[in-house]
Amino acid sequence: MKARVPQLWIGGALTGVILLAAILSLFWTPYGIDQQSIADRLQGPSAGHWLGTDMFGRDILSRILGGAGTALTVGLAAIALGLAGGLPLGLAAAMNRDGPADMLIARGADLIFAFPALLSAVLIAAVHGPGAINVVVAVGIFNIAVFARVVRGAALSVMARPFLRAALAMGRPWPSVAVKHLLPNIAGVIAVQATIQFAVAILAEAGLSYLGLGVKPPNPSWGKMLADAQTLLYVDPRQAIFPGLAILWAVLGLNLLGDGLRDFLDPRLRKIRAV
Amino acid sequence: MIGFAIRRLAALVLTLLAASIVVFLALELLPGDAAQLLLGTEVRPDTLAALRSQLGLDRPAPVRYLEWIGGLAVGDLGISQVYRVPIWEMVRDRLAVSLPLAVLAFVLSTLIALPFGIAAAIRRGRVTDVLVMGFAQIGLAIPNFWFGILLILLFAVQLGWVGAGGFPGWQDGLRPGLQALILPALALALSEAAILSRMVRASMLETLGEDYVRTARAKGLSTRRIVVGHALGNAMIPIATLMGLQFAFLVAGAVIVENVFYLPGLGRLLLQAIFERDLILVRDLVLLLSGFVVLLSFLVDIAYGVIDPRLRRSGG
Amino acid sequence: MKKMFGACLIGAALGLTALSGAAHAKTGATLAITLEPPHLDPTAGAPAAIDEIVYANVFEGLTRIDSQGLVKPGLAERWVIENDGLTYRFILREGVTFHDGATLEASDVKFSFERAVAEASENAQKGLFSAIDSVEAPDDRTVILKLNRKEGLLLWNLGWGDAVIVDPASAETNKTNPVGTGPFKFEDWARGDSIKLVRNPGYWGKASSLERVTFKVIDDAAAQVAALLAGDVDAIPNIGAPETVAQFEADPRFAVLKGTTEGETILSMNHRRPLLQDVRVRKAIQHAIDRKAIVDGAMFGFGTPIGSHFAPHSPAYTDLTGVTPYDPAKAKALLQEAGVAEGTKLVLKLPPPTYARRGGEIVAAQLAEVGFEVEQIPVDWGQWVSEVFKGEHDFDLTIVSHTEPLDIGIYARDEYYFGYENPAFKELMAKIDGVSDPAQRNTLYKEAQRILADDAVNGFLFQLAKVAVIRKELKGLWTNAPIQANDLTAARWE
Repeated sequence: MKARVPQLWIGGALTGVILLAAILSLFWTPYGIDQQSIADRLQGPSAGHWLGTDMFGRDILSRILGGAGTALTVGLAAIALGLAGGLPLGLAAAMNRDGPADMLIARGADLIFAFPALLSAVLIAAVHGPGAINVVVAVGIFNIAVFARVVRGAALSVMARPFLRAALAMGRPWPSVAVKHLLPNIAGVIAVQATIQFAVAILAEAGLSYLGLGVKPPNPSWGKMLADAQTLLYVDPRQAIFPGLAILWAVLGLNLLGDGLRDFLDPRLRKIRAV
Repeated sequence: MIGFAIRRLAALVLTLLAASIVVFLALELLPGDAAQLLLGTEVRPDTLAALRSQLGLDRPAPVRYLEWIGGLAVGDLGISQVYRVPIWEMVRDRLAVSLPLAVLAFVLSTLIALPFGIAAAIRRGRVTDVLVMGFAQIGLAIPNFWFGILLILLFAVQLGWVGAGGFPGWQDGLRPGLQALILPALALALSEAAILSRMVRASMLETLGEDYVRTARAKGLSTRRIVVGHALGNAMIPIATLMGLQFAFLVAGAVIVENVFYLPGLGRLLLQAIFERDLILVRDLVLLLSGFVVLLSFLVDIAYGVIDPRLRRSGG
Repeated sequence: MKKMFGACLIGAALGLTALSGAAHAKTGATLAITLEPPHLDPTAGAPAAIDEIVYANVFEGLTRIDSQGLVKPGLAERWVIENDGLTYRFILREGVTFHDGATLEASDVKFSFERAVAEASENAQKGLFSAIDSVEAPDDRTVILKLNRKEGLLLWNLGWGDAVIVDPASAETNKTNPVGTGPFKFEDWARGDSIKLVRNPGYWGKASSLERVTFKVIDDAAAQVAALLAGDVDAIPNIGAPETVAQFEADPRFAVLKGTTEGETILSMNHRRPLLQDVRVRKAIQHAIDRKAIVDGAMFGFGTPIGSHFAPHSPAYTDLTGVTPYDPAKAKALLQEAGVAEGTKLVLKLPPPTYARRGGEIVAAQLAEVGFEVEQIPVDWGQWVSEVFKGEHDFDLTIVSHTEPLDIGIYARDEYYFGYENPAFKELMAKIDGVSDPAQRNTLYKEAQRILADDAVNGFLFQLAKVAVIRKELKGLWTNAPIQANDLTAARWE
């Protein structure tokens, strides 16, 4: 198994590092995440500051670690929101196949997909002002539509199987069937999608923070660090390297993990790729 | 088929109508208005009230909504509250940047993805395949704005070959305009190329496994002839579908890349309009962009319906 | 081979660019501006972006403000003040024509001033005309202003962009096709990109040596730098990326002009908040702030620390930075004395400019040092005006640069956004209005500055600098910014 799905292990390892960095940053960073020292600003990598310092003399490594915390928190919250809305809606749509509820949910998803995800995120952030919550809401709403569709599709294919029909024929109530038989069978699909949406959320957080619509200062964000770095391109181009690598690392890890998970759980799913 | 098209079209119109209400209501929550920003902090209240009334900001929300949507229905985008020029003129000027950018990115991503995807499919499981798929993974994971910054760093800051952004316009011929668009297009194309090359590979693999291809192979046809003569045509159907959808996102999703390269495109106009509280302009732009997305996916649906009648079910 | 194609295409396109750019005929000049103006009528609306293009270039007033901030004759060649300062008689220059060929007459002045204060007018500075009771035009070249009170600043006020003289025939279309009397005529506006002015051959004064002036809108500081380096623009009159200035100083192709603006950058405190009503708390905040660190950290050294609300280059300025110097220990002691608990929360709203966003990060860190917990909220100008400046005044602190010249009078206003109410200060301001002797006025202004510093009304940070980076051969641009303008009357290539 191990040899056949290398993505799983590489992705898991990359994601694991980010996860550890995020947890570590809660308890310890080399310097305070917001600790400024104007006199020491814009230094290159050194023994004191492994990745150098930024415009306010803050330690870049500390901020990258803190940025991992921000990215993971926003990603997790957006997934949670997406699942909280998308799972019940998707199940409802599947059970009401082609009925009014199914149609309504499908139209709702159409509406959400009609706004390119970034566009709606920009609008939400603009209306409510910048802040991590907005990123969560913007990506979370998008995720609701994604999960609703994925759950509906997966549930329909599971419901067509004999064992589920048998359970229903025996007169078991719907909710109990859904929890006992349906959910375990679609959990894999949901996990795969969640991993990929996680990566999407991290990219969205970075993008919005780059535009100045994401997390508020002084909270660290990889996207905000890149925005600051761009104004310093002619002064200190090194600033633009590490935050970008961190995003690449995290998104690559999650994407590989998602792909690997999919192959591991069901090789036949390989072709499907949402978003 | 006609019935299917009409049902989809009705759904499209309903979606856009719902979208227009969502956008309108969302923007009502924005604090501040264009009049306030135009007149600044030292203005007298009566002057402010006069301008508000002149801009129609003092009328009730339902009236403003109906005016807006009524205008749109007859193709009138209205007048910008800040710039006082017809909005279609502003949109036209910005489209002259956004559309070529999207087309260029589209062409670039196709030029990269087709050969890469086909090569990976033909050499499945070998080094080429692993490299291409590795490239695709990285292409998907690099945020386009960081890639854009890196391109600026290399070509503008280090090598000094191009300016770090901005757009000279088309009045001096094609070359300066294209030069300004090539790096942004590349930044925009990377992740699209990654998605597309994976799709091309998967689609090719499937077609290469079909019976007629095996037959052709058994007859001793060369790989090149099989790919070009048989497999590519069939594999192109799902690829073209994906490309149709991606194009919509290239136009609408260029907001960030336009910011990286300071291109005066639709995305920048949208941000600027939000900050200046030019709300009619914001509403028009959001609806135009989402209308474009919805329309393209409608066309893709119709095209699919023509190709494969089984898909004509009206559901999502 | 195919896969190389994409790369080759890019290489080819890039390779060609080295040839373009830099090919500037020295008959025109291109300036980078940060904000695109919404329209081009300086008498309708507040945006400085309008004045930065048309002031002195396209439109002129009776008087004008020069690069030193002094009032000079404009369209009026001279004036007489009569009736104990209540009547001003202006004599217009002869042979002045508008760009559309119409001759400037006294009736145009009457029209312009009456239009400015009319009910339907969008003039953002009607206060400039508040002392004017009536405008008379007894003959073509004479304008008589009758005042309702003495106004020491009248001549200065008439030099503002909001008080320029327009032609009745074109007044309504000035927004999109400005017609003035200045040395440059409006030529073209490519929205989102650039505004072009062309030399006015019929100008009454010395014609410009520049055939054409282009204002290129580049709303990002780093992109302006790139455009200057690439030769796409000849000057950045007000550089938004102070961190790049050192690089230009070392580059022989460019000249750096370091000047001042009228922008007092302050950490405004909301006096409606009980906590900030306590002068000890306000003093503690000022003591917690290291002005030099802010100037260095946010503005890379450009800016002069201030101790009150007054421009350091003014003759009436007095340096009060020593009244509440940087002293975190004293700040802590004051907070303890005032009973302010460790971890008290303050909301700091930050508008978009660099000075606010970067300054805010530093101020927040400095206030954290003395025990405050500061929440930074970045806002756009729409939010700032409606939430901070007007409405509920929902903020504790905000950073903003007050860019109007000589605006210490805002501290005497009722219900101003920071909510400072001091009858003694109001009395002093009223007194200054009635004094016309410059020396006496300066003494009174110094007294006013002292009151504000002693009261620690706001956190006084620094005077905003104006740093211009210009191609060395382009001369005649302003070093200082006594008003917001890019006066190109004297600009020339050498």
